[in-house]
Amino acid sequence: MTELLTVENLSTHFITQDGIVKAVDGISFSLGAGQVLGLVGESGSGKSMTCRSIIRLVPAPGKIVDGKIYYQGENLLAWPENHMRQIRGREISMIMQEPMTALNPVLSIGEQIVETIIGHENTTKVEARKRSAELLKLVGIPSPESRLDEYPHQFSGGMRQRAMIGIALACKPKVLLADEPTTALDVTIQDQIIRLILDLQVEFGLSVLWVTHDLGVVAQICDQVVVMYAGQIMEITNVIDLFENSRHPYTCGLIESIPNGSAREGKLISIPGQTPNLLTLPEGCPFEPRCRFSVNDCSKGKISLKLVSPGHFSACIRIDQLWN
Amino acid sequence: MNSDKPLVEVKDLSKTFVLDNSLVQRMLGKKPRFLKAVQRVNLDLERGETLGLVGESGCGKTTLGRCILRLYEPDEGHVFIHGIDIICLNNAALRQARRKMQIVFQDPYSSLNPRQKVGQILGEVSLVHGICTQAEVNSRVEYLLNMVGLGTDIIDRYPHQLSGGQRQRVGLARALAVEPDFIVADEPVSALDVSIQAQVINLLVELQEKLHLAMLFITHDLRLVHYISHRVAVMYMGKIVELGPNESLFAKPLHPYTMALLAALPHLDPRNRSAAPAIQGEPSSPINIPAGCSFHPRCPYAFEICAREEPKLTKIANGYFVACHLITSRN
Repeated sequence: MTELLTVENLSTHFITQDGIVKAVDGISFSLGAGQVLGLVGESGSGKSMTCRSIIRLVPAPGKIVDGKIYYQGENLLAWPENHMRQIRGREISMIMQEPMTALNPVLSIGEQIVETIIGHENTTKVEARKRSAELLKLVGIPSPESRLDEYPHQFSGGMRQRAMIGIALACKPKVLLADEPTTALDVTIQDQIIRLILDLQVEFGLSVLWVTHDLGVVAQICDQVVVMYAGQIMEITNVIDLFENSRHPYTCGLIESIPNGSAREGKLISIPGQTPNLLTLPEGCPFEPRCRFSVNDCSKGKISLKLVSPGHFSACIRIDQLWN
Repeated sequence: MNSDKPLVEVKDLSKTFVLDNSLVQRMLGKKPRFLKAVQRVNLDLERGETLGLVGESGCGKTTLGRCILRLYEPDEGHVFIHGIDIICLNNAALRQARRKMQIVFQDPYSSLNPRQKVGQILGEVSLVHGICTQAEVNSRVEYLLNMVGLGTDIIDRYPHQLSGGQRQRVGLARALAVEPDFIVADEPVSALDVSIQAQVINLLVELQEKLHLAMLFITHDLRLVHYISHRVAVMYMGKIVELGPNESLFAKPLHPYTMALLAALPHLDPRNRSAAPAIQGEPSSPINIPAGCSFHPRCPYAFEICAREEPKLTKIANGYFVACHLITSRN
């Protein structure tokens, strides 16, 4: 499996009045060609900021302070902005969670797709418009020709997300970063969008980095999964081992807290405590304050990923004691 | 209290929102449009029972929940709480009745007054409804916080100083402060992180059992509704399309929409991946509801009568109702 995108020791920090927020703190992982990698975590885990760091769209006052991101062997963090602008949208594309705020409300859908195509390729407006209609058809929007001239507010949530996928794929990118693309959608529309992205992934040979907190979505679409908490990686493994052989208390806690069956059968096993405050993270493992299995050593030093089995890594120092 | 009647009885409840009806729009010659949010809904709820109300966005479930509590005024229909139709009550009587029914909102950030400390939020509601005297307020607030698993250290905090989960617990404490019999929980955990949701759900189940509450649990989350409900009602475009016991409905859904909804839910099993989408298309606009069965344009089983005649919610077994020509014609 060739690695298309390799993130190495990435750190993205926000310097705020109240202190430094380490939104992403020293993470490393790889995305293989043609693979769907899930980036799983809750709010504050750093999953969205990881995507934005990869595509170099980190909002101020955030800054990528350390690490390298290798795309096809070159460190894209070292590129000048005008080179990155050529790559962004053309080779590495991104779709967001809220299509209504990500799409320009004063431009028609057609104009937004044409803008992307013309921005990256040497082609005429007429050609670009023709391709836009084809793209809308590809993403399952009925009567694409007539809908090109409509505005985002005239589209439903599901349609807007399809339009955004169309824009993202307009220049046939190699990598698609999908930041919670179906979280805001109803379950039946989510189902359609997931199938659409998977079909397009196969058709275009895309590599997809899919950010989500929904383990059901992960089970249905991901090949590999990276679990994040408070800006750090807790576990990396393939999707089957994630559900059948997870080796981190946070991952296990997440899976166990999903309602399964009825309340008459027993209480939900919840993760105690609250989501971490990134301004006051303790030393050591960030999950330690909420972990059932924590011991003294868990709050010392910086955590690192340990090999569990080929391709399976966990940041828990108690792997051997907790699982045997 | 009449013990053979259900605690809550909703009869033929309807709510239509009128759009484009401002003075300016009418002067410009625009015709008003009618958004039929809730159409002739019938429901009932017993003490100690959770009725899960599930559906996708725009189906009318939130509007229904608010109409039942008269937070929106319904256009038609009746809501009987303890046998009294609250739709007919005047303001003073309604305020009295409101002690019996409360709501927990979805958004923990906007549902608490940002200018009041937790102690004031919980104290005020207890005083206004005469639950306790001024002298008793502090111990009452402590009791309420305890009930929802919060410590007294947050009494002097403002909502913005609490986490989402804590805020939601305060919202729950506020609802329970008046000792209601009936709670409408409108997506009470959707805005919370997954790891916190389980905590609040456990609390809700525990309190409902302890206080023998009737609960209308509104959500789009199918796993959650299956976990928490005794009975489940499925809504589509303002109407209930299926209503039955939780176990049976999930084991063998009857209405084609319920079937599609359950099929669309992503399985938590990576070895069991489905290939085709559960359903095509999108719901029609509630301003332009199709004739006959509102689901028929997307229904794989639709036949001739479905486009002509609206199916009525029909009893097909004890406690089990479906609004579908296909199902009722089989029976």
